Amino acid sequence: MAQVEKRVPGTERIQTVEMRGITKRFPGVLANDKVDFDVRAGEVHALLGENGAGKSTLMKILYGMYAPDEGEILINDTHVEIHSPTDAIQYGIGMIHQHFMLVETLTVTENVALGLPSSRGLLTDLDAVSKRIRELAQVYGLQVDPNAYIWQLAVGQRQRVEIIKALYRGADLLILDEPTAVLTPQEVDEFFATIRQMVAEGHAIIFISHKLHEVLAISQRVTVLRDGKRVASRETAGCTKADLARMMVGREIRVMPEKPPAQVGDVMLELRQVQAQSDLGTAGLKGVSLQVYAGEILGLAGVSGNGQRELAQVVCGLRPITSGRVLLKNEDVTGMLPGELTKRMLAYIPEERMKDAMIQQFTVCENIILRDHNKPPYAQRGFLRHNIIGEYTDKLIQYFKVKTPSRDTQARHLSGGNIQKVVLARELSRQPRVLVAAQPTRGLDIGATEYVHNRLIEERQKGTAILLISEDLDEILALSDRIAVIYEGKIMGVVNRQEATAEQLGLLMAGVKEELTPA
Amino acid sequence: MIEDLFSTTVLVGILASGIRLATPYLYAAIGETFGQRSGVLNLGVDGQMLLGAFAAFYVALTYQNLWLGILAAIIVGGLMGLAMAYVTVNLQAQQGISGIGFYLFGLGMSDLLFQKLLGTVETVRGFPSLYIPFLSDIPFLGDIFFRQNILVYLAYLLVPLAWFVMNKTTLGLKIRAVGENPEAADSLGVSVARVRYFSIILGGMLSGVAGASMSIALLNVFQQNMTSGLGFIAVALVYFGGWRPGGVLLGALLFSMVNALQLWIQVKGIQIPSDFAVMMPYVLTILVLVLAVQRVRPPSALTKPFERES
Repeated sequence: MAQVEKRVPGTERIQTVEMRGITKRFPGVLANDKVDFDVRAGEVHALLGENGAGKSTLMKILYGMYAPDEGEILINDTHVEIHSPTDAIQYGIGMIHQHFMLVETLTVTENVALGLPSSRGLLTDLDAVSKRIRELAQVYGLQVDPNAYIWQLAVGQRQRVEIIKALYRGADLLILDEPTAVLTPQEVDEFFATIRQMVAEGHAIIFISHKLHEVLAISQRVTVLRDGKRVASRETAGCTKADLARMMVGREIRVMPEKPPAQVGDVMLELRQVQAQSDLGTAGLKGVSLQVYAGEILGLAGVSGNGQRELAQVVCGLRPITSGRVLLKNEDVTGMLPGELTKRMLAYIPEERMKDAMIQQFTVCENIILRDHNKPPYAQRGFLRHNIIGEYTDKLIQYFKVKTPSRDTQARHLSGGNIQKVVLARELSRQPRVLVAAQPTRGLDIGATEYVHNRLIEERQKGTAILLISEDLDEILALSDRIAVIYEGKIMGVVNRQEATAEQLGLLMAGVKEELTPA
Repeated sequence: MIEDLFSTTVLVGILASGIRLATPYLYAAIGETFGQRSGVLNLGVDGQMLLGAFAAFYVALTYQNLWLGILAAIIVGGLMGLAMAYVTVNLQAQQGISGIGFYLFGLGMSDLLFQKLLGTVETVRGFPSLYIPFLSDIPFLGDIFFRQNILVYLAYLLVPLAWFVMNKTTLGLKIRAVGENPEAADSLGVSVARVRYFSIILGGMLSGVAGASMSIALLNVFQQNMTSGLGFIAVALVYFGGWRPGGVLLGALLFSMVNALQLWIQVKGIQIPSDFAVMMPYVLTILVLVLAVQRVRPPSALTKPFERES
C-alpha cells in the first residue's frame, strides 16, 4: 500500500490538537488575537464566525500555510512546529479548501497520487492507488470513479475527491472550510453522513461555517470567533440559533428580512427559448424561458455552474445568444450591447464584483460614473466635470452608507461590503426598470448582506423587476416572490415562494423533476 | 519540371531530407513541451539553439570530438535554461518579454563569440550517416528512414521517451499538475519551483542539442543567425501538437517536409520567386496555428508565475 504512514517520531494517531494563544497580524489587521482552540478525536468541532472573523486564518496557521506571530500548537500534548502543508500532512492533518485544490485535467487517481512517493519508484503506481481509493470510497460512502477526469465531475463529487485525498494521506484531523457552500440540500445530507462515519472511525473534524443550522446539526462543540477574538467555546447541545447568531455578530440580527406583499405589474424582462454557449464552447443554456414582472423578485436557484453565469451575461448583453429572444418591456433587445441596454434602464450587479463591477484602480468617483461618464451633467464636450461628479458621489456615499476614507480613494482599498455598496449606488441610482443581481451577497458579512437584502426589497417596492441569481438557497427563500430552478442550462421549474420548500427545490437543483404546481 | 516531383528518386530524396530536417524541430519542440507543460513559456528557444549550435561547433572543431561538442551544447543550453528559470520562477518576470530577451542575447552572443573565436566560416566533418543493418537495404524506405545520422535517430527516439516520462512517471505527473494548477500541487507538497526549474533547464539542454544538430550534423557549419527563427517555429509546434510529444512529432514532420519541398523547388529553379518558397513554412505556421489553437486548451497556468500566499 502506497499510503503515507510517516509520522514525526513520538506521535501516533491524533488524539488532541490544541492551539494556544494564537496571534496573527497582517499589515493593518489583527486577524487572530490570542485565540485558543482545540479539537479531539471522535468529534466535530465547529468554527463559527462572519467573514473576516479570522476562521480561515486560524486554520491556515494550523495547516502550515501561515506562520503565527505568537502562540503554539500541540498535538497529543506535544509541542509541534508546522511550517508548511507538507508538515501538516505528515502530522495527520488534512484540509479541504473552499476552492478545491484539484488539477482538472488529471484523473481522480492522478490527483490523489500527486506528490506521494510511488511503490514503483520513478514510475507511477496508479493501479494500486485506484484500488485503495475504491476501498476508502467503500468505507466512507464517498462514491467516485477513480478513472474519471476532474473536469467531468460535479462539484459534490469533487469535494469527495478532496476528502479521499486527505484520507489517503492518512489524515486523522480534517479541516473543512465552508464545505456545504457548494452542495444541494440532499448532497449536504450525504455529506453529513460521511462526516459522521469519519467521526465514528475516530477522526477529528473541524467544521468551518457561518450557517447556523448546519453547525447545530453536525457539531458536538462550537467555537465562535468575532473580529479575530474567541468569543465563546461551548457544547453545541443546548445552543440555539439565536444564541449563536448573537455571539457571532455581537447583536441581535434579523435572520429573515421582512417583506411587504408584492405589487406585481407588467412583464419587464422576458427570455424566450434562449440558448447560449458556455466558456468551454459547450451548451451553457439549453432553451431557457423566463418572465420577470415589475415589482417582484424572481429568484434563480441552482448549484454553481449550471448556467447561472451564462444567463446573467446573456441578459446583460455580455454573451452572444445562439438562438431565442430576450425582451425588455416587450422590446426585442436580442443581441444588443451593454451600452444600448444601459439606455433601456437595465442594471446589473455582477457576480465577480472585484473584476466585473469595478475598475479597482479607479476612485470611488470614477467607478460611480462608469456607466454615464460621457453624458451630461458629468461630462460636457468631452471634458469630465469633476465638481459635479464629486458632489454627486458624496451624495451617494452618504445615501448608500459607503464607508470610504474619501470619494477619491481607489476602489481596491475598500472592503467587499463597501465595494458592493458602490456598485449598488451606481446601479440603483439610475432608477432601473430591470435589475439583474448575480450572487449579490457572496463573500459579504452578515451586516453587509442584510444591507444588500434591504436595498433589493426597497427596489422591489419601487416596482423594479428583479432577477436574483443566488447559490444560497436561504437567500433565495428569504427574498424571492417566485423561484426558478436552473439545472444544466435548463429551467427545471418555477414555483411560488409560498408553495416552495427547501427539500423540493433541492430535488430540482439536483435535476430530479417531480410534479409541481406551475406558478 | 513539376512532373519530376513524382519520380520516385525525387520523392525519396525529399522524404529523406524531410525526415532529417525535422531533427532540430524535434529536440527544440520536445524540450519546449516540457517547459510549457510545467507552465513556463520559453520564447528564448532560438537563442538557446544558436548558442548551442556555436558551442557544439566550436568545441567539435577545436577538440575534433563531436560528442564533446554535443556535451558543450547541452551545458550551454542548460545554463541558458537555468538563467531563464531564475528570471521566471524567482523573479517572476513576464515570460513572453524575458524569453525575447534571452533570444536576443543568444543571437548576439553566438555571433560575437563566432567573430572573436573563429572569424571565418569553417566547416566540421559532422556526424556521418549511420546505415542501420538490413533495414537500410529495404528499397525506398531504407533510403528515407535508415540512412540518417545518429542525432536524427535519437531525435525520433526522444518522442516516445518524452511521452513515457510525461505520462508514466511521478515526475511527469508533477510537471502536468504544476502547469495546470500550481496551487493544488503546492498544497500536496510538490515544489512548484523545483519542477519548473527542472523542466526549463531540460528544455534548454534539448534546445542546445537542437542547435548542435544543425551545426555538427545537418549543415556542419556555423554562421550568424543560422537557425533563422526555427526556434520560434518549435514553440509554435508545441501549440500545434497540443502539448503532446506525438502531436509535436506530427507538426515537426509537416514543417520539415514542406521545407524539404521548398528547398527542392529552389534547387530546381522552378519559376516561383525563391522568397515565396522560403516563406512557405512560415505561412504554414500561421495557418496551422490559427486552426490548431482552437482545438486544444493550453496548460491553465501557462505563463502565470506562481507565488505562495503568505
